[in-house]
Amino acid sequence: MASTRFRSDRGLTARMSTVMLLLGALYVAVVVGLIFAFPGSIATIIVIAVLIGVGQWYFSDKIATLAMRAREVAPEQAPELHGMIDRLCALADMPKPRVAIADTDVPNAFATGRSPKHSVVCVTTGIMRRLDPDELEGVLSHELSHVAHRDVAVMTIAGFLGVCAGLVMRWGFFFGGGRRDNNNNAMPIMLMIWLGSILVYFISFLLTRVLSRYRELCADRSGAYLTGKPSALASALTKVTGEIARIPTKDLRSEQAFNAFMFAPAFNKESVMTLFSTHPSLDKRLEQLAEISADLSRPSA
Amino acid sequence: MGLLKSIFGGRSDPPKANLDNLFAVPSAAVTLEASSGFKSTGVAAVCYRAAEGGAFASTQHDVQELLDMDAGPKVERSTDEFGFTWLLCRKDPSDISSLITDVHAVNSTLENAGFGSALLCSLVVFADDTRRFGLVYLYKQGTFYPFAPKPNQQRDNALELQVRAELGGDLPIEPALTRWMAVWGAPGLS
Repeated sequence: MASTRFRSDRGLTARMSTVMLLLGALYVAVVVGLIFAFPGSIATIIVIAVLIGVGQWYFSDKIATLAMRAREVAPEQAPELHGMIDRLCALADMPKPRVAIADTDVPNAFATGRSPKHSVVCVTTGIMRRLDPDELEGVLSHELSHVAHRDVAVMTIAGFLGVCAGLVMRWGFFFGGGRRDNNNNAMPIMLMIWLGSILVYFISFLLTRVLSRYRELCADRSGAYLTGKPSALASALTKVTGEIARIPTKDLRSEQAFNAFMFAPAFNKESVMTLFSTHPSLDKRLEQLAEISADLSRPSA
Repeated sequence: MGLLKSIFGGRSDPPKANLDNLFAVPSAAVTLEASSGFKSTGVAAVCYRAAEGGAFASTQHDVQELLDMDAGPKVERSTDEFGFTWLLCRKDPSDISSLITDVHAVNSTLENAGFGSALLCSLVVFADDTRRFGLVYLYKQGTFYPFAPKPNQQRDNALELQVRAELGGDLPIEPALTRWMAVWGAPGLS
């Protein structure tokens, strides 16, 4: 008797799982390759990368709030925001995260933290000013879904290999040097590691971005089902992404010199942009929300 | 379920409502009256999140029609400042079982139409000569907690803890105090 209108998107889950498997396979390949190829110096790099990864994950809430210069607010300071999150958490049956506000006019919001119990949801004053309560609620439910899905842990693990490879790319020569300098084979081997890590970095970068886009779609989906108002989230997205998209353009134009280092403008193709972005395109997100809206409107049996 | 399911995005499946424990309220009301003199005021309200679209609107219409069929005051519908909808039922204060039946009817109708995940809480209002509080039922947990508002958005925590002690034997009381959500502006309480 207890039916639900929620339909899980099996295709999305399947695609996401495939990406996770590919990343896992890449890990295994890299680790096995390292064990066979190098005893010794590589271990240092891995230890450093593990420390970075664990640190980023463990302190993710602190790092992010510091970076955004956000301040945590008590229920008395922001009663409306707290009330909204209280209710969404009760609806979603999850522990309430801490709430923070960042004093900037850029409309944005994020959620981070090592576990649902140690999370913080942050909104900027800009987003609160631009969105009406329904839309803000849609954004908050999207962020709370990230918390419930443990996206910080997932993305930290997913990005870990990239951090490793990036370290080797930058510092590999220093680590690899040292005692083996008198060995004639040392230079070519280091070059191979270096090229290999560039390749690994590139592949893991692409896979991580794909995964990130799937996680965003997932969060949109569960957020929309949570509030029952996919259209409010859709309208929030059009407002926010529209404005976010405009602001960076201004900044980049004022820094002409920097433009040379960015290859996206050189291609100037949407497909390239999509491949490298952490968020799915607005069209794709709106399309999914429209489907959910149709789903909610279909007559009861 | 747990970790794996949440990592693979399965947590997006909204938790289902649990309606069973509602029927324990009438016997708890007897206990409450005997121990501290609080009586049901004959007022109860259901709080839910209205979804967009025609399906929800027609379900909501059906619920109101169903409850208005019997004699007595009509159901009152209101929307609070957070955009949640409250359906307020009034019955004779002595007849708490039919009040609970009405509350249950709202819930099961929404659930059958596929909107069970939209239910937030139900609230039954109790009062003595001077004070009043709402006994709140959390669907997703299947637990109860008392909410006693005072003027200026203050809560009468002493009264709430007293009620918790008295009803602990009759009802499953929400153990996590952080889940004792304040429902300011709930109809029937102010």
